[in-house]
Amino acid sequence: MPVPQKPGATRTKQDDDDHGPDLGDGADEWMQGKTLLKPPDQLDLTEAELKEEFTRILTANNPHAPQNIVRYSFKERSYKAISSVDQLAVHFVLEGNLLHKDSDEARRQRAKQGLPEEKPVDTAAVETDEEKAETPGDAGEEVGEEGGADERPDSEEVKPGQKERKLTNQFNFSERASQTLNNPLRERECQTDPPPRANFSATANQWEIYDAYVEELQKQEKHKEKQKAPSTKKEEDKGKKKMMMVEMQSDDVSKVSKAAKIVERMVNQNTFDDIAQDFKYFEDASDEFRDQEGTLLPLWKFQYDKAKRLAVTALCWNENYRDLFAVGLGSYDFTKQGRGMMLYYSLKNPTYPECIYPTTSGIMCLDIHPRLSYLVAVGFYDGCVAVYSLKEESTQPIYKSTAKSGKHTDPVWQVRWQNDDMDHNHNFFSVSSDGRVVSWTLVKNELVYTDIIKLSLEGSPSDGTEGLQLPTMACGTSFDFHKQIDYLFLVGTEEGKIHKCSKAYSSQFLQTYDAHNMAVDAVKWNHFHPKVFISCSSDWTVKIWDHTIDTPMFIFDLNSAVGGVAWSPYSSTVFAAVTTDGKVHVFDLSINKYEAICQQPVVAKKKTKLTHIQFNPEHPIIIVGDDRGYVNSLKLSPNLRKKPKEKKGQELPKGPEVEIAKMEKLLSLLREPESNTN
Amino acid sequence: MADTGDSKKEEADYKRLHSFPLIRHTDMPEEMRVETMELCVTACEKFASNNESAAKMIKEAMDKKFGSSWHVVIGEGFGFEVTHEVKNLLYMFFGGSLAVCVWKCS
Repeated sequence: MPVPQKPGATRTKQDDDDHGPDLGDGADEWMQGKTLLKPPDQLDLTEAELKEEFTRILTANNPHAPQNIVRYSFKERSYKAISSVDQLAVHFVLEGNLLHKDSDEARRQRAKQGLPEEKPVDTAAVETDEEKAETPGDAGEEVGEEGGADERPDSEEVKPGQKERKLTNQFNFSERASQTLNNPLRERECQTDPPPRANFSATANQWEIYDAYVEELQKQEKHKEKQKAPSTKKEEDKGKKKMMMVEMQSDDVSKVSKAAKIVERMVNQNTFDDIAQDFKYFEDASDEFRDQEGTLLPLWKFQYDKAKRLAVTALCWNENYRDLFAVGLGSYDFTKQGRGMMLYYSLKNPTYPECIYPTTSGIMCLDIHPRLSYLVAVGFYDGCVAVYSLKEESTQPIYKSTAKSGKHTDPVWQVRWQNDDMDHNHNFFSVSSDGRVVSWTLVKNELVYTDIIKLSLEGSPSDGTEGLQLPTMACGTSFDFHKQIDYLFLVGTEEGKIHKCSKAYSSQFLQTYDAHNMAVDAVKWNHFHPKVFISCSSDWTVKIWDHTIDTPMFIFDLNSAVGGVAWSPYSSTVFAAVTTDGKVHVFDLSINKYEAICQQPVVAKKKTKLTHIQFNPEHPIIIVGDDRGYVNSLKLSPNLRKKPKEKKGQELPKGPEVEIAKMEKLLSLLREPESNTN
Repeated sequence: MADTGDSKKEEADYKRLHSFPLIRHTDMPEEMRVETMELCVTACEKFASNNESAAKMIKEAMDKKFGSSWHVVIGEGFGFEVTHEVKNLLYMFFGGSLAVCVWKCS
C-alpha cells in the first residue's frame, strides 16, 4: 500500500505549496484559450531567480503529524508518550468496480449472469492491455464511466479489436446448393359456348319510317285520351281504388284459403272415411246379445301439436253448429301453470283445429253462447275472464276483465252465459276460488261486473270447529243454473259443499248440501227433470240429488277421482262420468240403478287422466278430454241410448214429459222408503 | 301510301312531331337500351348532316361502354340482315327520316 501512495502524497504536498501564486498555471492546464489573470501581488522574478533551483527532499514523514501523542498506560499507571506516529495521510479514496477477468469474483458474476466463459476472456485481454497503456490516475475516471464505454469515441479501440477477431477466412468458403423437384406442369383447357346470337333483318326506307311514326303518334294520342278520361275519375276515386286494391288482395287470400279449406276437408274425408261411416251407420251388433250393457266406439281423435303439454280443462259444444266444439287447454297442476290455448275443432276436420287462440294464462273453463255461437266466455287461471269473438280476425279477446274491473283473484273454475238482461246486454256468470260468483255484462266496449254472491263459510251452516280452521271464504269450483227457474243456481265448493243460491240474495244460501268430502268438480241440473241435479267430486263419488232434499238420491262410487259428469241430452236417466284412471262410465238409471251399463277405458296410455266429458246435443257421441291435450270422440252403442219406445211407441213425440215421468218414477221409488223412515 | 309533303306546313309539322326517337326493335335490357338510345340521339343531333361521323361516334362510344365489337348503320334507306349477339341489338328511327341500327357481334 505505501508504495502507490507515495506519488499521491507528494502531489498533495506540491498542491499545498503552489496554492496561492500558481493557480493560474493550474487553470491553464484545464481551460485552454482563456486569458490569464495574474494576481496583482504576484512577484516579478528575474531570470536568475527563475532559474534558481530549489531542491527539496521528500520524506515519508507527515509534517502535520503530531509528534507528542500521550496516552494513559494502565499498566504503568501513568501517561506515556507514544513513539510511533502514524505518517499515513489519506487524501483520496475511490472504490473501484473493476474486476479482473480471471478473478474468482468475476467468474462468479459471469456464472450468475449466465454469460459464456470464452468471450469475456478475450475482451478481458483487450481491456487489460488498455489499462496498462493508461496512466493509473486515469484509471479512476474510466472506472466510473465503464458502463457507457461503448458509446464513447475512445471505445472505438475496443470495437475494431473485436471485429478482427471475428473475421473468418475470406478465401476459405465452400459453395452449397440443393435442387428441389419442379412442380409438374399441367395443361387445362375449356371451351365455353359462344354467346348466343340471333339474326335480325329489316328494311329501312322513308315510307316505313313515316308509317312507324304515324302509327306511334296515333297510339300516343289514343293513350292520352284514355288517360285523360279516367284521370278525372281517378282523382275522385283514388281513395276508393286503394281500398279496392287492399280488398282485392285480401279477397284473393281468403279465396285461396277457402279453396284450401275445401281441399283439406276433402282430404280428411278421404282419410277418415271409415270413421265417418262408423259415425253415421255403425251400430254395435253385439249389443243385442249383451242384454243391457253397451260399448263406446272410439271415433276421431283430436290433437294439436302445440297443445300437447296442456290438459283439457274445458269442453263445450256449439249449439248452432253441432259438429263444432271448443276445447279449453290449461293445467290443473299448481306447479306447472303457464300458457293456455283455446281450440275450435270440427268433426269434419279432426287433424287440425278450425281456430286457435293462444293465451298467456291457462284456460280453466269456457262457454259458448247458446244463441250467438261466435261469442265464447273464457275463465283463466289468473282470475281473468274474457270474451272471444270468432268473428274477429285477431286472436285477442274482445273483452277482458282487469284488476280494476273486478277480476277474480283466484282461478276461474266455471263460466256460463245467461240470458240477455233487460237492456239486451249479453252477460255471463263466473265462479272462482276466491269465493265470488260474479255476473259480467258486456256493455259497449267494457265488461261490467256485479258480485252476485260471496261464498262465506259463516253463511253456511257448517260446524263451528271446521269454520275456525278454514278461511272465511269458501272456494267455488263449479256452478249450474236451473233450466227453468231463472234465479236458482247451484254452487259447488272446494270444501265439498253444494250451495243452492238465488241471484236475489247475495249473502245467503237457500240451502246447503253436505255433498262431498273433497272439491266438487262438477254440478249439473238434469236436462229434463226440474228438481234433479248431479254432482261429482274427487272423492270418487257421483251423487244425484233432488234439490228439495238434503240427502243424495243416488250415490255411485267409481273407484277413482271423478273429473267430470254430464247428463245425456236424450234421456233424463242417462249420464256419463269420466275418472282419472282413464275410464268413461255411462249410467242409465232406468236400466240399472246400481252399476254403470258401460265402463270403458278410452285412453292410450295408462297414466292419462280424463278431465271432462260432453254429450253432443244431436248425435249419439261424446267427447272426452284428457290431461295430455287430446280430445277423443266416442260413439255410444245402441244399448246406451235405448229409448223406451219399444214399450210405449206413441209417447215418443212428448219426449220431455216422458223423460220427466221416467225420472220421477225412479225418484218416487226412493222417496217413499225415505219418507217412511222419516 | 302516304302523301308526302303536299305543303310546307305539313312537312314542318311532320318534322316537329316526328323528331322523337322511336325504337322499332330491340332486345337490350332496359338500362342499356335507354343509354344506347340517348347516345344515338346525341350523335345524330351532333352530326345532323354527316351520318358517317354519327355512326363512327356511336360505334366508338358503344365499344367503350359495352365492349367490342359494335356495328352501326345510319341511313335514310337501307335493307339489312345481320347476325348479332343476343340482347345487343337496337333498331330505331329518329328525326322522322333516319334509321339507326346498332348491334354487337364479335
